[in-house]
Amino acid sequence: MANRRVPLVLLACGSFNPITNQHMRLFELARDHMHSTGQYQVVGGIVSPVSDSYGKQGLVQAEHRIAMAKLALRSSNWVTVDEWESQQPDWTETVVTMRYHNGRILREYEQRAGLQTDSSSNTNPHSGPSPQLKLLCGADFLDTFKIPGLWQDKHVEEVVGRFGLVSVSRGGLQPERTVHQSDMLSRHHQNIFLVREWVRNETSATEVRRALRRGLSVKYLVPDSVIEYIHQHNLYTEDSERRNEGLVLRPLIKKAHEPVNSLDD
Amino acid sequence: MEAHGVTPVVLLACGSFNPVTNMHLRMFELARDHLEDTGQYRVVKGIISPVGDGYKKKGLIEACHRLEMARLATESSAWIAVDSWESLQPEWVETAKVVRHHFEKLTAEQESFDDTDTVKYTKKRRIEENCFEASSHQKRRDGPQLLLLCGADVLESFGIPNLWKQEDIAEIVGRYGLVCITRSSNDPHKFIHQSDMLWKYRRNIHVVHEWVTNDISATHVRRALRRGRSVRYLLSDAVVRYIQQYDLYSVESEQKNANVVLAPLQRYTGASKEVTAAAATPDA
Repeated sequence: MANRRVPLVLLACGSFNPITNQHMRLFELARDHMHSTGQYQVVGGIVSPVSDSYGKQGLVQAEHRIAMAKLALRSSNWVTVDEWESQQPDWTETVVTMRYHNGRILREYEQRAGLQTDSSSNTNPHSGPSPQLKLLCGADFLDTFKIPGLWQDKHVEEVVGRFGLVSVSRGGLQPERTVHQSDMLSRHHQNIFLVREWVRNETSATEVRRALRRGLSVKYLVPDSVIEYIHQHNLYTEDSERRNEGLVLRPLIKKAHEPVNSLDD
Repeated sequence: MEAHGVTPVVLLACGSFNPVTNMHLRMFELARDHLEDTGQYRVVKGIISPVGDGYKKKGLIEACHRLEMARLATESSAWIAVDSWESLQPEWVETAKVVRHHFEKLTAEQESFDDTDTVKYTKKRRIEENCFEASSHQKRRDGPQLLLLCGADVLESFGIPNLWKQEDIAEIVGRYGLVCITRSSNDPHKFIHQSDMLWKYRRNIHVVHEWVTNDISATHVRRALRRGRSVRYLLSDAVVRYIQQYDLYSVESEQKNANVVLAPLQRYTGASKEVTAAAATPDA
């Protein structure tokens, strides 16, 4: 039965500097894969651009990255952009962003369930299983868990253990190996969904920025509306690429023992 | 006014376009950037020429649909257009003939455009019968140069027995020229080196390296479609909608021409139209 499936929301965190067709492809591949498990019904996708304080080289202002993502996703009927993370004054740990969205989604679900039980007095008080949130990521994401100082162990534990991960890879055994080599990831392997992308598609935002500052075409890699926006605001230039140059990434500075705001927790 | 020494170029892509994908369109963008970056060329037009139904390739759907999808996909392009001439021919047409057709069309357009031009067709026949001296005769005209745009796989297909006539390869590469987009796994330079004919005309072969690997193939797209998987962002949204509207790619459509020999192989080997039981491979 379709309505016994667990409703699932996919959350993608990242720079989206700028959003590319490949980012949107990840959502399509992940949704197809999760549906094919027979256990999930993907009900939404969220693109959550990182805030400016992330300190990554070449990161243009969040307002532009948000505007481009909105233009790109105008034609999607299930993936939307959320500004919460980008509007936080400091860089936000991914796990904190996940807690925020998870809390929001559960509240909405409970409200809807509450309304349903109010209106239809004696039928089906429960409207199916409650929704879940999983983190959607690209092939290289799993490897970032291994970078010293980038992640706190308890955060990785929470991301994969409490929420779950959908990782789209380009083939090869690397993702399986990464999971195998980590005791923590192996422990939660049933919560890590490895999606195989059979078509190699290496469009990265880095390549798109490189082509743009060299005056080369990025048509068909990025939606036309986003290309127009980039030209209109002259976004990716040699100057913009030097932004945050030499700066240490915020997660590497933020102290490991610094308390994390316990949002909705 | 053209800057001194800058040659206008028209790019022609022949193929099934079954269906046209973003990668097909990307090839045009890459080729244009590459040629214009040399400072010697200005790309004025791109032409997509879908093959006719007479090609008999497995899973090839009707030309009218392939044309319409290509038209929808190029709607947002300021310089790439679709041409139906090849697809409307009752029989399969050799690529060399398609290139010749477009070259003559461009020449005619140029001549009607420039009626004071005194250089006429007079020498054309003689040149065609001779062996082709680089593409010098193209450059003598004022009109644009015509280059065939293809992936490295087409260049390598020149080596497949009975797929191409040798004089056709000589005409395409010798008289017109090629722009070849390579993916990381191919090495066209080695292939050119190993062929005496390609080496002879190597100056007419422009190799463009695609740094961002983008392996979207129409075969993959059809497979995803028959399995009910999403192909969004691999094709333009208008093409995705068109495919859904006409329910174009299914298990049945993939069986089209399943036991038919490809037209060029029929023509050059005199093979019968039906694949014999022994020669038929399950995934030909």
